[in-house]
Amino acid sequence: MATAKDRAQAKAGSGLNDDIGEQKRLALYRSQVRLREAEQRAYDLFLQNLVKGTSHLSLGQEAIAAGFAEAMQKGDLSFCTYRGHAHTLARGVPVEQVLGELMGRDNGLMRGKGGSMHLTSVEHGVMGSYAIIGAHLPIACGAAWRAQYKGQSDVSVCFFGDGTTNIGAFHEAINFAVIWKLPVVFVCENNLYMEYTPISEVTAVESPAADRASAYGLPSICIDGNDADVVYRTMKEAFGKARSGEGPSLIECLTYRHSGHSRADPAKYRPEGELERWKLRDPLKIYKDRLSQFEIPDAEIEAIERDVRREVDEATEACKAAPTTSTDILFTDVYADGGWAWRN
Amino acid sequence: MAELTYRDAVARGIAQEMERDEDVVFLGEDVAKAGGVFKATVGLLEKFGPRRVRDTPISEQAILGAAMGAAMTGLKPIAEIMFADFIAVCYDYIANEFPKSRYMTNGQVKCPLVVRVGNGGGARFGAQHSQSVENWCMQFPGLKVVSPSSPVDVVGLLAAAVRDPDPVIFLEHKSLYATKGEVPDGEIVDTLGTAKILRPGADCTLIALGMMVPRALAAAEQLAEAGISCEVVDVRSLVPLDTQTILASVARTHRLFTIEENPRVLGWGAEIVSIIADEAFYDLDGPPVRITTPHIPLPAADILEDLAIPSVSRIIETVRRSMSS
Repeated sequence: MATAKDRAQAKAGSGLNDDIGEQKRLALYRSQVRLREAEQRAYDLFLQNLVKGTSHLSLGQEAIAAGFAEAMQKGDLSFCTYRGHAHTLARGVPVEQVLGELMGRDNGLMRGKGGSMHLTSVEHGVMGSYAIIGAHLPIACGAAWRAQYKGQSDVSVCFFGDGTTNIGAFHEAINFAVIWKLPVVFVCENNLYMEYTPISEVTAVESPAADRASAYGLPSICIDGNDADVVYRTMKEAFGKARSGEGPSLIECLTYRHSGHSRADPAKYRPEGELERWKLRDPLKIYKDRLSQFEIPDAEIEAIERDVRREVDEATEACKAAPTTSTDILFTDVYADGGWAWRN
Repeated sequence: MAELTYRDAVARGIAQEMERDEDVVFLGEDVAKAGGVFKATVGLLEKFGPRRVRDTPISEQAILGAAMGAAMTGLKPIAEIMFADFIAVCYDYIANEFPKSRYMTNGQVKCPLVVRVGNGGGARFGAQHSQSVENWCMQFPGLKVVSPSSPVDVVGLLAAAVRDPDPVIFLEHKSLYATKGEVPDGEIVDTLGTAKILRPGADCTLIALGMMVPRALAAAEQLAEAGISCEVVDVRSLVPLDTQTILASVARTHRLFTIEENPRVLGWGAEIVSIIADEAFYDLDGPPVRITTPHIPLPAADILEDLAIPSVSRIIETVRRSMSS
């Protein structure tokens, strides 16, 4: 079998752009497979009534979460929406902790106190998943302001959907980030639907984020959000800009969610054939083909897939075996003293 | 010891904390170059520079959201929302974000910030610039709510709020900005969650907040001449609430009056009356009485606004009538 070095030498003259490098490409593929498998498992567990409440899956949108997370450095901060499983996992949070949270188990990321829509892991730089549309864009500005104020080099990345571009906080935050030149990257995941309604039916412009950028003096950026390489390269550039003090970026990533808005939504509003057409551009398929183009052997790809499935299987079993969360925590951490006393 | 206005006490309190801690930063609309629309932050830009004292656009969501993001990651921001009424346009942060972040994340996220707000009526500004919004804020577990009635309390409670690890809504009363009081020299730090007995009395307890405090004191003075001895308690902090001081006062006087500027429904006094009913019912010699603004929007004309907000004469009349029945 050819070594990675052999393959790199072979590609040098092939015309393929290998700026990303084999190691990062394998990481990008592994991450996307992991997000796909974990989300699919979350759905299966819901069907088994082991995941309660709601959940908003990122099936089909994995290239964005993986592409950005792989471009981020330790210390960079992610601010996610209620559709935040993928972004949380992509920063390295164990699958077990995420599934445990969805299942209300004691091994959950927040021991069941937040649930699917509020995944947070400060130690991994995941500063929260926010379930009120638009709320976290100004919050990401504040984290970026702190970095600027303290002369720290981290960048805050804020992910949101196309529907968010029509709420006031989006516009307040982007204007604010531009005038204060904050090291923040705003990432619009345009999956074509705001909940159940096509975004084009409720938006004055064709590209809900990119077409608004010029109003804030920002370049209009709209990329293929199903190609992790494209996402990764775009992010590297945005990070460079942010870290060199040149201020925020607004990046629109075109993508498509394979499932409905939430577990309650069978997505019957989609025109016939649309899902099938987008599945031809499934980010995992695109990336697997890419790896083949770069002559990564099938065995290596299969080993990654097997590895990831094992992690998700083991996480699932661990969660099923984990005790339900302790009722002792009902009254903890309302206030900083650890308790909930509002009076003496 | 110097005599300071309530307005100057705000700037003094902020300056005291900014001098102490480099992580304290201050942002809001017109707060830096203009020194605030109420002139409560004059001189801070000159003293601490544009890096720490920052003017913002008219973007209340951006102001509170940015304060939260900064607080979560290591700063201690003070944010100003010019008029309390404007809380309505950034209510998400007050209702959903600040108070819930610590709990939802099982203690991972902290939110040590202060939101300063120009609260209350009496300035003839009409229904959208005069409201008392205590009950908009105190209903959310996780939030603290404080409202000083004197310059010395402004400095001390503001310092305590900045040093507190939880999010604090700091309600300044805009009709008190011009009032004066003695403020000792040197650092002043008070304690959140402590009520103050401003005037001891034997016959009834008057519990007040903000602008209602000087009115309760003036009423008590005149009621004393009529032979009714009122104990006046300044609540100061709605959350945490010093129920022990209130319960002890009612146990001594056996009568309770709450004097509230907010419209009647769900005012803070209702919560206090409910606590007294639960825990001190047999201490009472008569029904608790709530003196409030009626459940109406505040009008602009002076003659109407003065009728709406509890006045010294309304307090006197209500207490006298209740005590003689």
